[in-house]
Amino acid sequence: MAEHFNFWSTLTEPLVRQNPVTLQILGLCSALAVTTSLPTALTMAAALTTVVTLSAGLISVIRKHIPDTIRLIVQIVIIASLVIVIDQILQAYLPDISRSLSVFVALITTNCLVMGRTEAFSRHNPPLPAMVDAFGNGLGYSLVLIVIGAVRELFGKGELMGHTVLPLVENGGWYTPLSLMLLAPSAFFLLGMLVWAIRTVLPEQAEALDTVPPPRGEPAE
Amino acid sequence: MADRDWNPLRRVLALPNESRGKTVFMAFAVSALCAVMVSGATVVLRPIQAANRAAEEQARIEALVRGIPGMSELLEATGGTLSTVVIDLEAGRAAEEVTPDTLQAALAEQSNWTALSDGEDIAGLGQRPDYVQIYLLRGEDEEIELALLPLSGAGYNGPISAVLAMQGDMNTIAGLAVTRHEETPGLGGRIEEPGWQASWPGTEVRDASGTVRFAVARGDAVSPYEVDGITGATRTSNAVTRIVRFWLGPEGYGPLVDAVQRGEF
Repeated sequence: MAEHFNFWSTLTEPLVRQNPVTLQILGLCSALAVTTSLPTALTMAAALTTVVTLSAGLISVIRKHIPDTIRLIVQIVIIASLVIVIDQILQAYLPDISRSLSVFVALITTNCLVMGRTEAFSRHNPPLPAMVDAFGNGLGYSLVLIVIGAVRELFGKGELMGHTVLPLVENGGWYTPLSLMLLAPSAFFLLGMLVWAIRTVLPEQAEALDTVPPPRGEPAE
Repeated sequence: MADRDWNPLRRVLALPNESRGKTVFMAFAVSALCAVMVSGATVVLRPIQAANRAAEEQARIEALVRGIPGMSELLEATGGTLSTVVIDLEAGRAAEEVTPDTLQAALAEQSNWTALSDGEDIAGLGQRPDYVQIYLLRGEDEEIELALLPLSGAGYNGPISAVLAMQGDMNTIAGLAVTRHEETPGLGGRIEEPGWQASWPGTEVRDASGTVRFAVARGDAVSPYEVDGITGATRTSNAVTRIVRFWLGPEGYGPLVDAVQRGEF
């Protein structure tokens, strides 16, 4: 509170520069699983953003009264309850999307991204900055999901949001879908390429090598 | 603070965070708050979810009937609706005192359920209702063309509910619709995929001696009594085998099947 709180940079930093998925490599499991199509990716992104923002707000409100000994349990209980509420709302109002997201909404509870924000930021900051920071991180996660979801749906099914963009061969068009795009490994490849692209543009994100390969000497024989 | 604060909440909150009393208090307070949140959401949203599930079940039954060759024409010809019948499983004929409207009330009474012994209970149900609502589609001269039989039983992760469509001979499967399941997505969850269900039509259930021979195969189906297995979902496949065997066996629709085959229904 004493320091000047920069609303705008807290919100925009996590979008690319401090992106939780591509820089911190958090929340990958769900990012890989739900990006087979854009609608599921959007719903998951919205669910996670809501959960992370609300839990950051709640934890920040009671931050001065959370005993250190049970702080992780308190955080998990709050996050888990919010996730259940969101899951129930999705089951009630978006049953089809809820079915295609299956267990991954419930698994937001264990998403490191949410835990990471509450543990690292909300615990030490007043509610407004905490919620803005969490919202920004949620948007950063959403951005990655939307990019990967759009690429996978476009090249895997020739559609975007269920509308045909590339007419398929089987329907008399010219595009042969890449079935690999609908399988989990393709999300790994896409995410890897995305991380590579971002770190090429912003070289300060690249991590230092843990080990240096030995100099290439002459072959033994 | 000079004077003592008598508000108990403020007194607890003023304790140091590390004190045992405050730790216990915070644990209870957070749990209570979260419990209210979760139960509130569940209670408020349950009617909407139940309506969704019922609508989905109806949609799957309709899709099942439409997917069977020749059935949509027959449905049009007979007025566009399936007839709903509550049957008495024990007797194998239409129940006399229970109608579709009173079925819910009848099943609320424990006396209308039959406990199953371990040997009989291959579907993992524990007990079985005495009355079940089935759907029939009759042809022009009133003979049964299609019967939709609801099935249920224990799957790998939770209960499986399905509707099995049988042709008029009550021995050849016309189709399957899984209305509810909690199997592992991508493995056992594939029981709801049309690709797998496509191997069901034409499969026979009983052999000439009347024994239920139906099974989900390991791998591809090799006999007329088998449907293709699902790779990586042996437990789910076995559960489906047992559910179909139970419901078409003597404890399930067996008496009804016999009655229809004798032409008494």
